[in-house]
Amino acid sequence: MTADTIVLSGKRKRNWAPYILLLPSLVFLFFFFATPMFSSFVLAFQTPDGAWSLDSIGTMVGDPNFTRAVTTTLTLVLIVIPFQLALALAMALVVNKRLKGTSLWLYVYALPLAISELAAGIVWVSIFTQKGWLNSILETLGILERGVIWQSAESYWTLIGIIVVAEMWRATSIMMIILVAGLQSIPDEYIEAAEVYGATLWQRVRRVILPMLRPSLQVALILRIILAIQVFATAIALAGTGLTVMSQQTLEWANDIDDDHVAAAWAGLMLILSIFATIGVLWLLPVKDEQQV
Amino acid sequence: MTAPAVPATTEATGDPPPARRRLTPRKLLNTILWYLAAIILALFIAVPIYLIFVSATTPADATYDYPKSVIPVGIATDNMEKFVTASGVVDAFWRSIVAGIITVVLALGIGAPAGYALARYVFRGRDGYRLVVLSTRAFPIVILSIPLAVMYRNIGIYDTVWGVALMHTALALPFAVLITSSVFVSIPRELEEAAQTLGCSPARAFLRVSLPLALPGLTAAAIFTWVLSWNDVFAAAVLTLRNPTLPARILTSLTQASLPWQFAAAFVMLVPSLIVIFVIRRYLLGLWGRVVK
Repeated sequence: MTADTIVLSGKRKRNWAPYILLLPSLVFLFFFFATPMFSSFVLAFQTPDGAWSLDSIGTMVGDPNFTRAVTTTLTLVLIVIPFQLALALAMALVVNKRLKGTSLWLYVYALPLAISELAAGIVWVSIFTQKGWLNSILETLGILERGVIWQSAESYWTLIGIIVVAEMWRATSIMMIILVAGLQSIPDEYIEAAEVYGATLWQRVRRVILPMLRPSLQVALILRIILAIQVFATAIALAGTGLTVMSQQTLEWANDIDDDHVAAAWAGLMLILSIFATIGVLWLLPVKDEQQV
Repeated sequence: MTAPAVPATTEATGDPPPARRRLTPRKLLNTILWYLAAIILALFIAVPIYLIFVSATTPADATYDYPKSVIPVGIATDNMEKFVTASGVVDAFWRSIVAGIITVVLALGIGAPAGYALARYVFRGRDGYRLVVLSTRAFPIVILSIPLAVMYRNIGIYDTVWGVALMHTALALPFAVLITSSVFVSIPRELEEAAQTLGCSPARAFLRVSLPLALPGLTAAAIFTWVLSWNDVFAAAVLTLRNPTLPARILTSLTQASLPWQFAAAFVMLVPSLIVIFVIRRYLLGLWGRVVK
């Protein structure tokens, strides 16, 4: 179909061809992206019989799990993102250093990119479970007398800690790749010049690399924060009912309690948080026009 | 099968040698430290993958050995059998495969023409369209699944592979558009024009000249799209009930399932991911570097 239209329009002015090629994707995005986004808000402000009301919002906020889920999710975001940024930057610098086997390093660091969050969560369960790898190794090495119960529902901060580690393992790759792509656009001369003038690695990173990397940092942070707000399966696999996150509440209201309106309210809340996070990153890390890629 | 076993197939080639490298002791130490950092970071990623491989293939009689031996005591399919014979797992596995294939066909079928238009034509609204596509990624995907579940119940595709695949297409479409656009950008349009001066119609020039050249890149895009679908757990959990995909099936048993079962499940989910990243490794930077820009 598209081929024919190119031929047809080619005979006239050819101006219509790009629009015809874009049309299917726009139609699809309208029905499966814009419409559901919109109806998500409609759902949140309606009762099951279709009347407008704030009941669903009230139910969401009044739920005993509301504060727990929101604070846990935000805590995870606030801890994971800085660590992840540092880790991604370290990986990107190593890749950009062009050591022997650059593509091997890049490949290994990128592995988690294709690993599902559920699989990643279970991978870390095998490490943190009571008779798991971490305790095994620590006891064999004589560092611990008896294994620690890492996944204890009583110890909130330990749970947060192991989820942070799992998330750092799982989701740093995407930031790393974006930063590597950004680093490659920085001319080597800039960094070499700094080296010649005796700048230490930290000074080079702080004064040359980070400022020039800003557009990539901006994209990487926005993407990652939005994904981090949706943290889901890693938390469930590692913490079970020990804590709860926003996605988990959304799923629970949608499936177990079967109230799509409250579920939509949760989803809407996550959207609003994502928008605020995006605005926050754009505000904290403005990219000057000449830096725009 | 696990990451450490993967050979460095393509060493960094073509990089110009660093200018005037005299090996002072300090420089040597510096290089050693860089390699050390590279190795530690690689181990952080690779070791958990190795450990889940060992966990999943531990023979049944050694399952509860403690402390565990980091060197496998034997490789057995006991856990895998337990996982595969659990009710519904095989069906769920096939559903995941099929949902992934439908997603690839839809996302590339709809996205590739748009990507081609972005790469080949300068037209009014081009930047606007790019912005729309890019901004879809600034929305948490979690939101889409709730209203889609409501819509699916109304049109009768709730709890079907098609419903899941359509949702996954919405998730994958932005990637498909941007990735295919970067693939077509990398193929000189002059080739197509040359074919046209030699008497090819535009459609024929595309099919005979650009498409074969684009095929490896399009394959990489297809594989990446497939794994997006394969990995999704949240949307699949919301949109299915009796006919779950593999991650959704695993999620529902997560609280009751034995650890060996979970490890086998994680391993089965992980294997395609590792293969995928291996297959598209040459495109990683191209895919993501371009997606950012």
